[in-house]
Amino acid sequence: MRLVVDLNKCQGYAQCAFLAPDVFAMHGEESLLYDARPEEEQRERVARAVAACPVQAITADGLDRAGESQGASDVR
Amino acid sequence: MSADHMERLRREGRIVIVGASLAGLRAAETLRAEGFAGDLTLIGDEPHEPYDRPPLSKSALLGMASPLRTELPRRREIDAKWRLGVAATGLDLAAKRVRLADGDEVEYDRLLIATGVRARPWFKEEEARLDGVCVLRTRQDAADLTRRLRAGPRRVFVVGAGFAGSEVASACREMGLQVSMAERAGAPLVGALGGVVGAVAADLATEHGVDLRTHVTVTALEGDPAGRVRAVHLSDESVVEADVVVVSLGSLRNTEWLAGSGLGAGPRGVACDAGCRAFDFRGIVTDDVFVAGDVARSPHALFGYQFLSLEHWGNAVAQAETAAHNMICDGADRRPHLWMPAFWSSMFGVNIKSVGVPPMGEQLMITQGSLAERRFVGVYGHQGRVVAAVTFDNARWLEFYQRQIERGAPFPVEFPTLDRRPEGRQPVPAGFPDPSLPTHGPMVTLSGYSPADQQLVFHPARH
Repeated sequence: MRLVVDLNKCQGYAQCAFLAPDVFAMHGEESLLYDARPEEEQRERVARAVAACPVQAITADGLDRAGESQGASDVR
Repeated sequence: MSADHMERLRREGRIVIVGASLAGLRAAETLRAEGFAGDLTLIGDEPHEPYDRPPLSKSALLGMASPLRTELPRRREIDAKWRLGVAATGLDLAAKRVRLADGDEVEYDRLLIATGVRARPWFKEEEARLDGVCVLRTRQDAADLTRRLRAGPRRVFVVGAGFAGSEVASACREMGLQVSMAERAGAPLVGALGGVVGAVAADLATEHGVDLRTHVTVTALEGDPAGRVRAVHLSDESVVEADVVVVSLGSLRNTEWLAGSGLGAGPRGVACDAGCRAFDFRGIVTDDVFVAGDVARSPHALFGYQFLSLEHWGNAVAQAETAAHNMICDGADRRPHLWMPAFWSSMFGVNIKSVGVPPMGEQLMITQGSLAERRFVGVYGHQGRVVAAVTFDNARWLEFYQRQIERGAPFPVEFPTLDRRPEGRQPVPAGFPDPSLPTHGPMVTLSGYSPADQQLVFHPARH
């Protein structure tokens, strides 16, 4: 699972930091830090974070390997 | 080109992408997404699959991510032949061949140049080789710097207070390390954002315990008998003891491999038209060589058709997508690269974002918030038009200002804004330095003002 956040798009809504706190963290009031290569056990949380981002700034791959069907990733 | 020819190119042509980082990867994905079914080759000098660089000076230094694990997610399968760990060393335009460092040659029908930039090294080679003298561009650089910072140096010295240097200084303070930062201009970020906003960055750095030294240059790095760096000599004759030195003097464009190829390539990048087609040295556009990312220099209609070199993450993505699209299209189907320049940075807990081209602005208005609170929107004006905006912890407003830039809104701004302060009612000079004086190298370099606009070699001042 690899992810990248388009920080031009990110507006610091912090939904990701709420849904996957071990992967995304706010730094100050609106800066975002993240782990670009989170552990496998974070997959479901990352998928939720990707889906919940109000500005759809998170691109991740390898989210569907768990077999669950969700259209959350930005994989086109 | 005939429709038949284009159809054949899309079906069985050979496309070679030189540069396997963000721009190269996104271009490859776009080519496949738009139906290119031929041979695709990606050539990269680093032995790694494409990885993301912005986290290297932020999350990685702060321990939130591993510097060696920032590989970029893939948007789709690209079914490419990867030639990683081997640099391109030459280009034969007539024979349509790329030469590689291992002696191999790769033929193409269409070529994309996305070789990016590298860190500008310390200018005295012997001093640059001292143990403890670092740059920060590649993941290996980041791993090396992270390891050194974790080892608890007594003092880190950052040479150059641009975005990268300031981010490193910020991370050092967060790790509890003593850090000094030297800047030739009067404040950090002056080249990119001007002196007024730079003064805010200076206050932020000082308040967070950075020993900031401005209007000075580093004249020498001193090593001990074991070859480890131990002190930094400054142009004001002061000497600062430091066991890690981070050289953060901007970047050099990777165009040496194109020397003698006949392309219009040099220290300022590879010039191309708005459709990402490279110019040859005569200024005539080529038909089958395209450019994208940090190494490209292309005219932007919104900014007086000036050739802009944008070392921005978002530009690499957008220009790669446009270049890839245009590589497999003809005539009216082609698109111009009209991406609105935008970047972000983060330091001392403050989120800094910008749209447009701030260094074009002569004047600045603080339209929302206040400099003193380090939470504001600054709008840059050039010849009666809004050309850029910057936010400190106010990113949500940026899109509005982007629309103002796009429609050529008048400057000084006429619209009312939330949280407007008395200080923001009148424009002030933005405080960009005389462009003939070299600084740390702004993130956006403008060409076209004067021949002295850009100094390409860093020379320390002789005070």
